[in-house]
Amino acid sequence: MKYIDEYRDPAAARGLARAIEKVVTRPWKLMEVCGGQTNTIVRFGLDGMLPAGVTLLHGPGCPVCVTPLELIDRALAIAALPGVIFVSFGDMLRVPGTRGDLLGARAAGADVRIVLSPLDAVRIAQENPSRQTVFFGVGFETTAPATALAVATAERDGVSNFSLLVSHVLVPPAIEAIMGSPTNQVQGFLAAGHVCTVMGFTEYEPIAARYNVPIVVTGFEPLDILQGVLLCVTQLEEGRAVVENQYSRSVRRDGNLPARTLVEDVFEVIPRKWRGIGEIPASGLGLRPRFARFDAESRFDVASIRTEEPPECISGLVLQGLRTPLECPAFGTRCTPERPLGATMVSAEGACAAYYRHRRTAPAGAP
Amino acid sequence: MTETSISCPLPAPPGDLVQMAHGGGGRLMNTLLRTVFLPAFDNPLLAAAHDGAAFPSPARRLAFTTDSYVVRPLFFPGGDIGSLAVHGTVNDLAMCGATPTSLSAGFILEEGLPLETLRRVVRSMAAAAARAGVAIVTGDTKVVERGKGDGVYICTAGIGAIDHELAIRPGSVRAGDAILLSGDLGRHGVAILAARSELAMESEVESDSAPLAEPVRALLASGAEVHCLRDLTRGGLAAAAIEIAEFCRIDARLDEGAIPVSDPVRSACELLGFDPLHLANEGRFAAWVAEKDADRALAALRSCPATAGASRIGTMTRAGHGTVTLRIPMGAERALDMLAGEQLPRIC
Repeated sequence: MKYIDEYRDPAAARGLARAIEKVVTRPWKLMEVCGGQTNTIVRFGLDGMLPAGVTLLHGPGCPVCVTPLELIDRALAIAALPGVIFVSFGDMLRVPGTRGDLLGARAAGADVRIVLSPLDAVRIAQENPSRQTVFFGVGFETTAPATALAVATAERDGVSNFSLLVSHVLVPPAIEAIMGSPTNQVQGFLAAGHVCTVMGFTEYEPIAARYNVPIVVTGFEPLDILQGVLLCVTQLEEGRAVVENQYSRSVRRDGNLPARTLVEDVFEVIPRKWRGIGEIPASGLGLRPRFARFDAESRFDVASIRTEEPPECISGLVLQGLRTPLECPAFGTRCTPERPLGATMVSAEGACAAYYRHRRTAPAGAP
Repeated sequence: MTETSISCPLPAPPGDLVQMAHGGGGRLMNTLLRTVFLPAFDNPLLAAAHDGAAFPSPARRLAFTTDSYVVRPLFFPGGDIGSLAVHGTVNDLAMCGATPTSLSAGFILEEGLPLETLRRVVRSMAAAAARAGVAIVTGDTKVVERGKGDGVYICTAGIGAIDHELAIRPGSVRAGDAILLSGDLGRHGVAILAARSELAMESEVESDSAPLAEPVRALLASGAEVHCLRDLTRGGLAAAAIEIAEFCRIDARLDEGAIPVSDPVRSACELLGFDPLHLANEGRFAAWVAEKDADRALAALRSCPATAGASRIGTMTRAGHGTVTLRIPMGAERALDMLAGEQLPRIC
């Protein structure tokens, strides 16, 4: 398949792995920010191709995983209201709240629908004028423009029965939170290519300088990731710490200006809770006052729902790269994709689910 | 009620709808049988108008299976619920190494279903049955209130004749067996997903829905020692490979590079974050055959048009816990696992 197979060529991958081996003289710990990258690494066994000293830590870049329990509970409360059509991306449906998930809500009679684009939620609202349609706007900067477009479209067309449960978060504050932590182990980052396709990478430049940490904007195919690792360890070995762009076939320094403008029109930067991490200042998006009437949390009065995270789940530590899923005592026993304790076990991009899916080599029946 | 109405049914005006009385056992139901089902499925056993079909056993050993069909939408690229209800049950019989001979068909109709839609489904069933060489010899119709069904549900059961001495079943699989795949994966799953309008996804992919009795006959006629056959419906190749491996407690290794997946299916999978190994198929199967006969079995499959794209995809390696590992073209290996639930389209 064109534009995919070129980036999965086994011989080229082995060549990059050899180049990394040649450059590396001591151990390095890198973090891939995005869950899509984690999935590629595990699915193609890329970490097994790297020299022993190079460790990849899995970062917080899975939007499903970092959505706080509290917001899932609010989503469940809204979905259960009579007359509501609750619309979401597919992988949010299995994320457990305090009592059940959206799939369970659907089984209990809620009208929960999956779409591929937030604009479809606006269309559903127009087709059902006597009902309330709520879209669960989840994701990093990558999906924010599409959500912003849905809100702008609803405003333009006067779709007053459409509203948005916002859970958009931002990557740079999460990187800063990790670098600012006293327990931080990360020495270099593979930044998320699709986030930077929208936002560009100028906002990473001060972070690289302040924390003296190399940041390589990296794509999602196996060769992208291996090349990102090569660029990152080369910087570390040479004592440099700048932002480099591996994913230049998609990312420009200033990103996608129309998309950025749209996001800035509709959203403002606010503090947000991250699942397993807690509140990070200026780390998410909320609707600007001009669009406040599209805010589902106030429309359905669910902002008072507060929830604490289950103490046994270490997804916060996993998301910060401080633990691997295999170091969790509940992994594969009390926490499985069928009965997840935390979101990292739910999403296809979650580190725990990726480990479980691709590495379940323990004997059947054994813990 | 005259004889002529059986061979020359009056076409009902378009816009005629299924009513509760169509399942009530009275005149309306009788008309439905005479004008829709009997002419389409026309065969002597059905024409006998008895409570069941009585016939001599087609072989000393028989295979018997049943399946229910609730697909939405009723019509999709490459098939419909009618052809699916025939192929699915015919294929389950073929997987037992049997030649399908007769089917039953139970219909649960939703009040308000256009009769023309029912006719289309029934015509498609009749054509699929003729193609697969089976007769629909008995049936039943019920009607449920509007809103309590998805138009049509169909349940078919089938009988097939086994005229060989092989024990084709999971328990016959041995360490060292070759695993063959009859063609490319994922077409049905992607076609259905694209046909469900709510995802607003466009795709050129057609379902692979097809009868598999002929390639299975060719496989058996080749003289290959066939140990097990499994059609790759819900759960796809991954579920089938894991179920067989776990049942007989033999580990398996599959070679991802040898598993054919068409470009349109791969594109859809890349877009949605799906794995083609987990997607449903309705015209594909895997065969576990003795290693010594692998080439002969593969040649027999490739000689049939429906399975011309067959390939060898792996081996049952050694006694173990039934772990299935997938060798990735890049060189690494990973364990294959069944899905916890349905595959859900990912965020980005």
